[in-house]
Amino acid sequence: MTENKTLPTEYVTNPDEIKTSIGKTLRTDEMIINMGPQHPSTHGVLRLEVVLDGEIIVDVIPHIGYLHRCFEKHSEHMTNYQQVIPYADRMDYLASMCNDWGYALAVERMLKIEVPERVEYIRVIMAELQRIASHLIAIGTYGIDLGAFTPFLWCFRDRERILDLFEMTCGARLLYNYIWVGGVSHDLPPKFVERAKDFCTYFRPKIKELNDLLSFNEIFIKRTANIGVLPADVAINYGCSGPMLRGSGVNWDLRRDDPYGIYDKLEWEVRVGKGEMGTIGDCWDRYMVRVREMEQSVNLIEQALDKLPEGNVQAAIPKRIRPEVGEMYVRTESPRGELGFYIISDGSTSPYRVKARSPAFVNLSVLPEISRGAMIGDLVAIVGSVDIVLGEVDR
Amino acid sequence: MTPQEIHDNLKAKFGDAILEAKMDALQPWIRIAPDAIREVAAFLHDEEAFRFDYLMCLSGVDYNDGNLGVVYHLFSMKHKHKILLRVNCTKENPHIPSVASVWASANWHEREAYDLFGIVFDGHPDLRRILLPYDWEGYPLRKDYKVPEFYNGMKVPY
Repeated sequence: MTENKTLPTEYVTNPDEIKTSIGKTLRTDEMIINMGPQHPSTHGVLRLEVVLDGEIIVDVIPHIGYLHRCFEKHSEHMTNYQQVIPYADRMDYLASMCNDWGYALAVERMLKIEVPERVEYIRVIMAELQRIASHLIAIGTYGIDLGAFTPFLWCFRDRERILDLFEMTCGARLLYNYIWVGGVSHDLPPKFVERAKDFCTYFRPKIKELNDLLSFNEIFIKRTANIGVLPADVAINYGCSGPMLRGSGVNWDLRRDDPYGIYDKLEWEVRVGKGEMGTIGDCWDRYMVRVREMEQSVNLIEQALDKLPEGNVQAAIPKRIRPEVGEMYVRTESPRGELGFYIISDGSTSPYRVKARSPAFVNLSVLPEISRGAMIGDLVAIVGSVDIVLGEVDR
Repeated sequence: MTPQEIHDNLKAKFGDAILEAKMDALQPWIRIAPDAIREVAAFLHDEEAFRFDYLMCLSGVDYNDGNLGVVYHLFSMKHKHKILLRVNCTKENPHIPSVASVWASANWHEREAYDLFGIVFDGHPDLRRILLPYDWEGYPLRKDYKVPEFYNGMKVPY
């Protein structure tokens, strides 16, 4: 569906007057096209109102909220703090473990409690497995967006193994409710450590296969290099985080720079975009940061599995959690970036206010900035490289 | 820079616009007069000694005593320090200057606070609802919010 609309003058790229050979003037108008809310490449229910001048994007106006499920309102109406966790699961449904951890950590910091050491290791293992699973989806669907179908199947094959591990841990494959305030819901099942180690051994060569198939594929590079360039200062000003920010060359990772859990006891590196195929901060850089982060996650999982201590999996916390009056903002590194929970307690058993600062919401807000001037065909590449999950954008 | 030093610097520069501060809270905060928030934000963002270039989070809050509030969580990528600013306004006159010209990330966060709390950010480039439908009535996260019975003639199940 298209329509004509008068635009503010700053969006008009040229005076639109073209002289033809017979002396008449032709006017060209901008065209407005809706992409979504039902579009395979918007990764959910996102509507982009695209203003086009021919094939060139003049502006993109994202319309979100189709998946708004009132997470914050629900949280205020719970009868205790633990009940919020299943709702947090459903925010970013591709990285539920990381959401649970972020929320649980915020409540734990309010209560000023320490969790047992075994819990910290289990949480790191789960969060890093989740990061691999989430990045596999991001990479696989990104391939599909750009016309590469096989990597998608390969990624889902490998992700399936991670979901099997989660299933044997807590019974669920997508929404786990596993990480609780003060610990985890129950201990790791027998044979989990061996199975997880098997997965690491299995998965490491698969990253190389993926690189051969997709990352260094000539067509893929042509579609992604120098497209949607996000300079570092713009990324910081827009509050981008995670692979978006690292893709722009900013060496920044909350796991290292605002440490939580036991990440400071493990050996790993932060991967940043270097502009190998084009400009720093282009779609290929953002994509490649995710691939390289999967390698680091495998390192982290292996170390955590080796060092996994024995012990309790629940800290001694009161049955009814009542943090003292106060507030806390805690941020963690979810696969998509800085996931923050801002919790206000009024001293009762349920939170007074919970604000979720979701990384995808903030990352998406930079989309108009990096899409202006691109071709319409590249918009799919740019949206895919932002790696949004609409459940988290809309909450 | 510690929160106390940041507070002292702001107090010296802006004087009466710095209303209140609490340094022994879980996370120390400074309360700013609503009219001054944009100048304070620009000062904290631009001044080399502070360089708060990253707005982590901007949240609306209903304190349920006739006041609405906005909480700004700031962070500096350069100096790695944090500070929490707060601004209050009344429910009858919920106007707060926008800081979207200082941090671009505030744009959507402020739209969200407007959408859910009805806080009007003066000077915002594009203040529309963001999560709820554009024709929704009321501000759901206010503590005195009543769910409407009908939305566009459809009964709202609740």
